[in-house]
Amino acid sequence: MLTKRIIPCLDVKDNRVVKGQSFVNLRDAGEPIALAAFYDKEGADELVFLDISASLEKRKTMIEMVRQTAETISIPFTVGGGISSVEEIKDLLRAGADKVSVNSAAVKNPQLIEEAAKVFGSQCIVLAIDAKRISDDGQPARWEVFTHGGTKGTGMDLLDWVKEGVQLGAGEILLTSMDCDGHKQGFDLDLNQAVCDVINVPVIASGGAGKSEDFLEAFTKTKVDAGLAASIFHFGEIKIKDLKEYLKNKGVDVRC
Amino acid sequence: MIGIIDYGMGNIFSLTGALKRLEADYIFSDSTEELAKCDALILPGVGAFTDAIANLRERKLDVFINDWASQQKPLLGICLGMQLLFTESCEYGQSTGLNLIPGSVIEIPDIVKVPHMGWNYITHKNKHPYLEQMEEGYVYFVHSFYAKTPEENIIASTQYGVEIPAIVGKGSVLGMQFHPEKSSETGKKILQELLKSWRVI
Repeated sequence: MLTKRIIPCLDVKDNRVVKGQSFVNLRDAGEPIALAAFYDKEGADELVFLDISASLEKRKTMIEMVRQTAETISIPFTVGGGISSVEEIKDLLRAGADKVSVNSAAVKNPQLIEEAAKVFGSQCIVLAIDAKRISDDGQPARWEVFTHGGTKGTGMDLLDWVKEGVQLGAGEILLTSMDCDGHKQGFDLDLNQAVCDVINVPVIASGGAGKSEDFLEAFTKTKVDAGLAASIFHFGEIKIKDLKEYLKNKGVDVRC
Repeated sequence: MIGIIDYGMGNIFSLTGALKRLEADYIFSDSTEELAKCDALILPGVGAFTDAIANLRERKLDVFINDWASQQKPLLGICLGMQLLFTESCEYGQSTGLNLIPGSVIEIPDIVKVPHMGWNYITHKNKHPYLEQMEEGYVYFVHSFYAKTPEENIIASTQYGVEIPAIVGKGSVLGMQFHPEKSSETGKKILQELLKSWRVI
């Protein structure tokens, strides 16, 4: 049985891990490689590094940090943030990243997904999407795709973009709810299930986790494959070992 | 000494990190002269089958690997490196592989989410002299295609819609569909047993 994955996300800026509330008010949460090694020992199933400043400042992600991380930890990790070319993806994969996530650049140039999947295989191309609910209460739910760290609306419908991305070759969707991110009130279940309903690749739910019950709810009420969170793990509000033990006791298949 | 075959198909730092932690010596090379001096070879690989086999052939490494295996010398293919060991693959059209283990690499049926991505439990099937005590447990998979091969070549398998061969073996040639170097303690134990059997640690 394939287990549900618990994924701490390390938002990295200037080689430090940070996490903001709804993408602003950054707080420092430590040194990336040490934190990665800590999560490996704690039983995290995977890690995501997001270079959060890269997309805004057109900065390249840190190859050296990726290389050191790959040598240090024995679980897989994804690197994302400001990646816009097949060449950059190649550099990151060669440095030891297992997967690379693309976001803004893929919206601007969807062929990037297709080219990268053709060269490296779909399984290492993650399409990261920041989505914001645009429908009013009582109307059928609709979400808009945002880019550049959630600062730019695209006018694109989320479900159309998800389907297109998968058709082009994305092997996984990292789905962040902008409405829930940072609020610790639980994942956006409608959003996650809506995406799972239209595609057949794994989906990582992101944005909104505040307690163990939020993960249980996402895993039992939607078909998401993984739950991602940052600050609640970094600041020790939830210990990964405890979370997995809790999920296991509730009948969710997890590795522990 | 372990020789990791360099044929331009990504990601060896996790592997070299794992080998370092197990205190195994290795080289990373595309020189058949250098690789020929090694005790055992690892064929890593991330990417698409057609590009990978083309890269091997361009560097004449396919001939070298076939010679190596015909002398009963130890070889481990990991992930795409495992898939290359088979007769053929249907990824992006039909192409032929190294044909060291009979079988075809085919798509995982879409009754489950594809790729098969994450931690799945492997159970021991057939004994292989390199992995007699094989550790069972959760290991990390990430792949969209799997090997269809006669039962006797399956050392370990997992369930994901269909039975997915997780470790395959024929003679001195082994393949792992999952990433032992990414599979925490279970992966470490499996690699450790293999390296001990190879007498490189």
